[in-house]
Amino acid sequence: MSLLPFCEWLAATKWSIALHESLYMYPLVESVHVLTLCVFVGMSVLLDLRLLGLALRRVPVAEVTDRLVPWMVAGFIVMLITGLLLFYAIPVRSYQNIFFRVKLIALVLAGINAWVFHTGVHKRVTEWGLGRTPPRKARIAGAMSLFLWAVIIVCGRMIAYNWFDCDLKQPGSFIRWAAGCVEKK
Amino acid sequence: MLLPFFQWVETTRLHDAIAMSSWAFAVIESVHLLALSVIGGAVLILDLRLLGLGLRRQTIAEVAREAHPWLVGSLIVMIVTGIALFVSEPTKCYYSTPFWVKMTSLALAMLFTFTVRRKVSLAEETRVRPIWLRTVALVSLTLWFGVGAGGRWIGFSG
Repeated sequence: MSLLPFCEWLAATKWSIALHESLYMYPLVESVHVLTLCVFVGMSVLLDLRLLGLALRRVPVAEVTDRLVPWMVAGFIVMLITGLLLFYAIPVRSYQNIFFRVKLIALVLAGINAWVFHTGVHKRVTEWGLGRTPPRKARIAGAMSLFLWAVIIVCGRMIAYNWFDCDLKQPGSFIRWAAGCVEKK
Repeated sequence: MLLPFFQWVETTRLHDAIAMSSWAFAVIESVHLLALSVIGGAVLILDLRLLGLGLRRQTIAEVAREAHPWLVGSLIVMIVTGIALFVSEPTKCYYSTPFWVKMTSLALAMLFTFTVRRKVSLAEETRVRPIWLRTVALVSLTLWFGVGAGGRWIGFSG
């Protein structure tokens, strides 16, 4: 089942068109989305670096998670809302954009990684959190998170480029398939 | 006065290499964005602490020392990639108000960060009144926000 008809319906709604064509609203939403990176990814990076034993080494890991996760949650909510609005403004092109799709997959993987960390090795943080270099599982979670968020940021930026857009007919068959391009009759 | 310099930049080989390439600008911009999240974290963690938020159980000086190498490292990446982005479209930048807002904010932010903010954060906490700690944090946040917002807006103009 394809979500394309839903995206097409979304694109035809009044507010989607208004946001897409707005002079200031779209750039404003986009700017908030990008600058909130500093809050959300900025804090995540510090936590990940702590898990790798590269930053905040003298601060207990439990302290870092307790104090920084609320800021990460707040930042994430803003990123999610503005991200949904950006999609709402340009649904069809985003849906058929290869970078958008890779970004979403990486987002899901980052979510799973965070969930595995919090329900796994982080449960025993009091046992290892004072050490400068955390255990292997925590280091892997930190490295995975850094990698996945880097992919998400780069893909997010690349959505703006039309190199592989379906209507350009340039992409190879694999990319056309992965981006969900539909042959117009 | 500066226009001839901006126009000269436009004639350099580096300009041609980046401007002609279909992907160079996008790649450089991505690295610029990756460094943005690091510098954002490094600036915020200390400003939050100065405001009495975030890592409250650590002293301000401790947080400042931990954040400093990441601030300097990411700033270097930002400046190198930023110069490359500028070189690819100097004339556009010259006529862009957001570009000048960004450059002014950047100069002030760097000056403030490496003088007043650094001195205040490393000073003995009891010797600085909390109101001054908060003021320093708010000035820092405002200046760096100007850099970020100006930077994003360069892309929307022209």
